[in-house]
Amino acid sequence: MNQSAFLAALRAIFPPDRLLMAPAALAAYESDALTAFQARPVAVVIPETQSEVIAAVQACHRFGVPFVARGSGTSLSGGSLPVKEGLVIALNRLNRILRLDPQQRIAVVEPGVVNLDITKAAAPYGLLYAPDPSSQPICTIGGNVAFNSGGAHCLKYGMTSNHVLGLKVVLPDGEVAELGGESLDSVDADYAGLFVGSEGLFGIVLEITVRLLPKPETYRTLLAAYRSLEAAGDAVSSVIASGLLPGALEIMDNLSIQAAEAAVKPGYPLDAAALLIVELEGERSQVEAEWERLKAVIDASQPYLIKVARNDDERMKIWKGRKSAFSAVGRLSPDYIVQDGVVPRRRLGEALAEIEKLSAKWGIRVANVFHAGDGNLHPLIMFDGREPGALHRAEELASEIIDLCIRLGGSITGEHGVGMEKRQYMPRQFAPADMDAMWALRKVIDPDELANRGKVFPAGEAPALRQVGPHPLEQAGVISRE
Amino acid sequence: MSPDIRDLQAAVRAHVRVQPRGARTKCAPRADDAGILDLSAFSGVIEYQPTEFVITAWAGTPVAEVQALLAQHGQYLPFDPLLVGRGATLGGTVATNACGPERYRYGGVRDFLIGTRFVDGNGALIQGGGKVVKNAAGFDYPKLMVGSLGRLGILVDVTFKVFPRPEAYATLRVDCPSLEAALALLPKLTNCPYDLNAIDLLMGAGGAAALFIRVGGLAAGLPQRMDRVRALCGSGQVITGDDEARFWHAAREFEWLAPEECLVKVPLTPSRIPALDASVRHAQRRYSVGGNVAWIATRDLPALDAALKALDLAGLVLLNAAGDPRIGHHRTNAFAERVARALDPHGRFVR
Repeated sequence: MNQSAFLAALRAIFPPDRLLMAPAALAAYESDALTAFQARPVAVVIPETQSEVIAAVQACHRFGVPFVARGSGTSLSGGSLPVKEGLVIALNRLNRILRLDPQQRIAVVEPGVVNLDITKAAAPYGLLYAPDPSSQPICTIGGNVAFNSGGAHCLKYGMTSNHVLGLKVVLPDGEVAELGGESLDSVDADYAGLFVGSEGLFGIVLEITVRLLPKPETYRTLLAAYRSLEAAGDAVSSVIASGLLPGALEIMDNLSIQAAEAAVKPGYPLDAAALLIVELEGERSQVEAEWERLKAVIDASQPYLIKVARNDDERMKIWKGRKSAFSAVGRLSPDYIVQDGVVPRRRLGEALAEIEKLSAKWGIRVANVFHAGDGNLHPLIMFDGREPGALHRAEELASEIIDLCIRLGGSITGEHGVGMEKRQYMPRQFAPADMDAMWALRKVIDPDELANRGKVFPAGEAPALRQVGPHPLEQAGVISRE
Repeated sequence: MSPDIRDLQAAVRAHVRVQPRGARTKCAPRADDAGILDLSAFSGVIEYQPTEFVITAWAGTPVAEVQALLAQHGQYLPFDPLLVGRGATLGGTVATNACGPERYRYGGVRDFLIGTRFVDGNGALIQGGGKVVKNAAGFDYPKLMVGSLGRLGILVDVTFKVFPRPEAYATLRVDCPSLEAALALLPKLTNCPYDLNAIDLLMGAGGAAALFIRVGGLAAGLPQRMDRVRALCGSGQVITGDDEARFWHAAREFEWLAPEECLVKVPLTPSRIPALDASVRHAQRRYSVGGNVAWIATRDLPALDAALKALDLAGLVLLNAAGDPRIGHHRTNAFAERVARALDPHGRFVR
């Protein structure tokens, strides 16, 4: 690559204040929420228009420079980790809601729009954007699309891809394509559906058409405290077997209860081994009828305590505790790894017992918060990075948990994506033919592997990352860890 | 006994052009030189765990068989599959994206297909997605297969997310003097916080229109909910019981279609209905999924094709097409071309 010519090309597109090259300015972009990985890009550009994004991608294509799109950098899988000597395209200023059409219940937005801002804009019309990852006050919709983000309400309403109707994208060679449309239905193969969750490997989204839903008329939220995780897990099975379809079914274990209580005081019972949060939502008379059934099911599951949110404040408090759990665990431990593997719901109890054993075996504390309704675990593996070898041991434990999820018939990731963090596990979940097919697709769409190079596929398949071993990028000096 | 996937792969490799065939209930792109791969041996449920809300079956399985099994456990396919009575299979339902009026409530085929194995144009067997309801690993091939019409892969098996079936249903019929009056009422319904399962708009003779609003859930809350929908609409007649079930069954089976008519699906948004309706005024038609899908019956496909092109709308002939079922304006794009090149580099599938 002719770096000075490339930078000159960028200078022709971007004014100096939106083309960052000084080391101090680049430092902020070296990591995302998976801080264990760092890499320094050659530059960061901050486009304000779609045509500037396209021009930046075209420049990368012309000079063969890999690029990574970035929103708020909240990826927990290292999805927006820069490529060393590559370009970071920061999309936060493409944050316009281009159109909000309440009658057709759609919004057309740019990728830098913050998730929660869509719901805020839709609220005056009684509408909302349903996917609600815990990071929704800061994460951007572009990142949500790239990683098919989830949240607490996926069982009933699905993930990001279930709410994206159309996309305008720039492919890795600078060509622009429009996928899907504005209708809920389609008569073509679902290309927008394939693009969502492709983790930046197929290009960058410029415009997203999302569907909006009417805000539920009412919510009924309860907390049930149990003496064992197993009892809480059994309660989830009973709720499902009763024919109810709650909007959310969440479980927190004692460690995460402690952490959440210390952080935001949601009023959780501190002595509970497990806390179950169940939320019904919808039309009032339907919810009232469901509520009677839910209470009977929960009573029969013998919790030692039931708390019902009596108003919206109490409901928000319950959710604040749950949604703060990740950051709250930071109070219990200087460092932690979050996993998000999935197991079939009926095997949740087995998975939790196994995680407990692994935790004891490695002598590492693991807090569990999870979307029980869809079997999506969130073990928070705690360690102290200053202790020699602690990170490595935590990663070994994480690796065993991922293997456990695959063995139980689940997935290595439910919502955080593969990114950098879990790419080495892909061949454990997918057969060689599946990996080959995905690689072939990637190569046809992006022959030079410019878009988010090094993610999703295990090292060794990308030409720049030929090294073998547990951390080839570290060996190559491409990344370093704290 | 399991069907032989390796035979299917070998058959793909052995042909210059291939075309999958299920129960032949719907149209597909055709080519005279294509070898037909009959999938009737790929039939039967492979795995069903009611408490997981997940079912896996061979692609050639009749939808009716799956529905009957799900019903035994109080569950259903919420995307409301079409033409089940005619023998539609799961694979054909996915390949043609054949979802019905209740798709309005929870989503279409794309929202409930969570995994699939398919044979690509190289004869490779590829797994996309999985058997858990939440999964972000790997490219989302299941979505790509929805509506792909056999042009990108031959479905071998499919895994669906399923839901508990509403315990009871009721439907409100609201007669409107004109399409305009019905369309004026529509956003009130689509934006209200009531949980509506389906909203279909039927055009009658002389320009009158009728809205059919389906509500499902626990029997206990239903009468009260119907009262509220009626209050919102200002009037209406509640239909329950067998009459109600028959109405929606007839809608899914397109019983209103005359034998020699072609059935065309046109996805759109409610705001585009007036312009389309003006150009198909002499055809039988209904607007389903809260105004997001037009179903048009016609004897004159070329005329409809021209009308759709003029309106920049795409259509798919689901029943009785003579040639290519895609009519109107089908946009292509660079991404789609590359995906086809990756999955079918030798051009074996009928495009």
